[in-house]
Amino acid sequence: MAANAPALTFFALFLPFLASVLAPVLTRLLGDRAAFVLALAPALAFAHFCTFLPEIAAGEVVTGGYAWAPSFNLSFSWFLDGLSLTFALLITGIGALIVVYSGGYMKGHEGQGRFMAFILAFMGAMLGLVVSDSFLMLFVYWELTSITSFLLIGFDHEREAARRAALQALVVTGGGGLCLLAGLVFLWNITGVTQLSLLVHLGDGLRQSPFYLATLLLVLAGAFTKSAQFPFHFWLPNAMEAPTPVSAYLHSATMVKAGVYLLMRLNPVMGDTPAWVILLPFFGGITLIAGTFLAVRQTDLKLMLAYTTMASLGLLVMLTGFGSAHAVEAAVLYLVAHSLFKGALFMVAGTVDHEAGTRDVTKLGGLRAAMPVTFGAALLAALSMGGLPLFFGFLAKEEIYAALAAGNPRAVFFTGLAVIGNALMFAIAFAVALKPFLGPHVETPKHAHEGPMTLWLGPVVLSVLGLAAALFSGVAHRYISSPMASAITDEKIVIDISTVPHLGLPLLLSVITVLLGALAFWRLTDLRAFMVRAVESLGPGPDRGFDHVVSGLVRLSAAVTRFVQPGRLEIYITATFILLAVTLLVPPFVFGELPVMPAWPEQLLVQEAAFFAIAVIGLFAVLRAKDRLTAIVSLGIQGFAVAVIFLLFGAPDLSFTQFMVETLSVVILALVMTRLRLTPRDHRPLGQSLFDGMVAVACGLGFTLLLLKSTQAPFDTVLTDFFNTYSKTVAHGANVVNVIIVDFRGTDTLGEIAVVMVTALAVLALIRVRAGKRAGSGEGR
Amino acid sequence: MEALFSILIGLFFAGAIYLILSKSTVRILLGVVLLGNAVNLLLFTAGRLTREVPPIIPAGMDVLLPGAANPLPQALILTAIVISFSFFAFLLVLTYRAYQELGTDDTDEMRLAEPRQEPLPPLGY
Amino acid sequence: MNTLILRTVAPSLTALMLLFSVFVLLRGHNEPGGGFIGGLIAASALAIYGIAFGVPSVRRAIRFHPMAIAGFGLLLATLSGALSIFFGVPFMTGLWVYPVIFDVELPLSTVMSFDIGVYLVVVGAITSIALALEQEPGSDVEGED
Repeated sequence: MAANAPALTFFALFLPFLASVLAPVLTRLLGDRAAFVLALAPALAFAHFCTFLPEIAAGEVVTGGYAWAPSFNLSFSWFLDGLSLTFALLITGIGALIVVYSGGYMKGHEGQGRFMAFILAFMGAMLGLVVSDSFLMLFVYWELTSITSFLLIGFDHEREAARRAALQALVVTGGGGLCLLAGLVFLWNITGVTQLSLLVHLGDGLRQSPFYLATLLLVLAGAFTKSAQFPFHFWLPNAMEAPTPVSAYLHSATMVKAGVYLLMRLNPVMGDTPAWVILLPFFGGITLIAGTFLAVRQTDLKLMLAYTTMASLGLLVMLTGFGSAHAVEAAVLYLVAHSLFKGALFMVAGTVDHEAGTRDVTKLGGLRAAMPVTFGAALLAALSMGGLPLFFGFLAKEEIYAALAAGNPRAVFFTGLAVIGNALMFAIAFAVALKPFLGPHVETPKHAHEGPMTLWLGPVVLSVLGLAAALFSGVAHRYISSPMASAITDEKIVIDISTVPHLGLPLLLSVITVLLGALAFWRLTDLRAFMVRAVESLGPGPDRGFDHVVSGLVRLSAAVTRFVQPGRLEIYITATFILLAVTLLVPPFVFGELPVMPAWPEQLLVQEAAFFAIAVIGLFAVLRAKDRLTAIVSLGIQGFAVAVIFLLFGAPDLSFTQFMVETLSVVILALVMTRLRLTPRDHRPLGQSLFDGMVAVACGLGFTLLLLKSTQAPFDTVLTDFFNTYSKTVAHGANVVNVIIVDFRGTDTLGEIAVVMVTALAVLALIRVRAGKRAGSGEGR
Repeated sequence: MEALFSILIGLFFAGAIYLILSKSTVRILLGVVLLGNAVNLLLFTAGRLTREVPPIIPAGMDVLLPGAANPLPQALILTAIVISFSFFAFLLVLTYRAYQELGTDDTDEMRLAEPRQEPLPPLGY
Repeated sequence: MNTLILRTVAPSLTALMLLFSVFVLLRGHNEPGGGFIGGLIAASALAIYGIAFGVPSVRRAIRFHPMAIAGFGLLLATLSGALSIFFGVPFMTGLWVYPVIFDVELPLSTVMSFDIGVYLVVVGAITSIALALEQEPGSDVEGED
């Protein structure tokens, strides 16, 4: 296996993209059954990544990749340790279930193929993100997840709310991505490496760097926007505009954890500094509390789940920020548990919505008889989310309290936050899992009955896994949790917490959490009313602010465009030439590079002087021409004078060409000008003429000085000597000019004659446009 | 000699730019022709000037006579002359057609691409 | 400009100029001349013919659409450069053969065919522009297809 493993891994990484390309075709051929075929892609990738489990559990790291631009240190390289492997398994495993679920959920939807393509593309991007080793790859995949998320949120693009949510998510997470890019550039500049695997041991230098704080803030901007941390949280609830499989997959199980992933990945390198241990728990804690408070307010199943997702992400960031071994263990357990139960609950919410026609919790009830399997899955997931014994969520919560509950005031504070947050999440978990199913039957828009297998398979598998992982915690810890925690802390960690309760402070806190949660669940309606009033009293949030920012940006852009592009050609041209004059004139004066004054008089022969004079006269005649004929004739005069000057100074080829061109120019100019009832008279007012004249003279002076200076410098004859030496001996031509054109620089000439040809085509096209219009409807203006 | 050429070229540039700064498309066209000549002369002079000896290797010799003109700028200018001619032809036809379609040769009146009162782009999503 | 003198002189003038253009083209490698100049002379010749006898007669006289001539020239120039592929040398390397015909050694080369390509492009493109402009406004653009 070792020999072909890199190729296989490479293939596994691209399998989702391949499936994405095939999805529309397969869906057209097979209808909704295509989902089963497409689910093979993530399933195979999942199987492939499973083969790494023993190696990773033994503490090894698997790397691989292909060099791309070695001179720039750029490669397509991946890196599997406990952290990335766990993520890869979550992404592919849940991904396979989600694809199957989507097949049922989107059944009959005309955009099913497109949807499958997007979601598989996202899967490929997310998978690439977590296994990336090189910074560049990380960044590209990071932004790719933002883009695919944009496409998925805006999937139902005919609704304005979906478009707004999609744009908002893209702006927030994409903008964060740009900050991350800057942060990565900082990391690269400080440490000199561009690979995450090499970064691990350079932490000390990085932490002492004066740019540490700037780097940290940039990285945090990326991570916080992606993981919906306060104050960038507002895009996540809006992202619920997406179809439910997307919410289950991107906006709870995988993509929003990318920020947490990044923080965990950088924990050994950037963690354990004052800024880290203050900023992360602070923002994480706020997000946790804000998320649960906002969640309680909601009646929409998906929105309730969305806000608790935000809260859970806050909890994860908070734990990562603590950075102690216990906190990391807790984060690991909670992350896995959350992906399982939240994915399941979202799918349940989707199934209820799909079957009953509404997901407003106040309009649902008594579905247990109609949808027993879904109810069972929901109940199991809620038990895990509530953190009750026998479930993986319980292990996570025990570990959280064990990590937080130390004696100092800071710990007490954060423990308090965690208890409140967990209690409210408990209440919401059961509100989502119980309210729609228990109680008297409520009439729903659609007559509810159990969904097809595709709709309940995912929730059942995930919620059962949440139970199994806790029951067989030894296996789960050995292969998943312990390697992941070790990767995050960069030291060997063995997690051994099991579902058997240990007496002690954590258990007491758990009991308090459950009691508080049960109380909140009991009085949920009152609590909701209170929260609605409380949030309203706070005034508009960042969500409204986003609208103002966007409309402000549009107005600003319009104003800037109006300013720099007023639509008057002469302004553009004047600006160009003023800049040209400045470029030509300022450097010589500033740096004292003016040419020395030439010695007068120069030896100019009489005929040379005569043609100089003719050229100048022709030039002025063009400037002063009042009618067409004068302009044409004087243009011809200066052109012929230039041709003679070429002849006098040893350039017969140029001279002939110029003669022919001038002749043809005069002919076609005459042809056209006789039809144009126009005079080349100048309409400029005097002031304008003077100003334009000044600009023109300044440019002319600039060119004169430039040429004087450059001809006074010694002449480099390397090229001339080359052509002189080889023209006859190698290229067999005596006319060196012609040899250069057709032989030495033949490729240039080929391009140039192509330009001549294209110009002729353009002229023909311009003339034909008229012909077409005349023959057509005659509506031309 | 180069000094005189420099001054002549400066005059050509100034004249060309003065014409191009105008609003009338016909004058801009004339300016572009002059600008082409100015640039050609600039290249020619920058390659240094020699009188009357063309860069053609005499029969029975393998290299140019000493004092022959520099062939390289000539090769550059030769193609440039032909290209500027085709460019000139294109601009001429463009001027002509624009006048036919829009009825003006004043660039300020040609506002199809950038209308005077452009409305704000839509502010929704 | 459709005068008797011009109409009388034009055919012979055009013929002479075309002949001269070929002469200038072929001697270009060793004497002043070459594809660009030759092409311009030939284009002027056709323009004069067009002024004297009208555009349709020029189109009849040259048989092919001028852009077709230009296109053929561009193809010829490209092929001259690409021929070097078969000899394993870089693009645009000049290749020479010296067949002896009637005891005269005739140097032929891809460089020459390239220059002929340049000539044809210039003749075709410039003639096409000139004819398009000479055409009376409003007259049909027949014969351009």
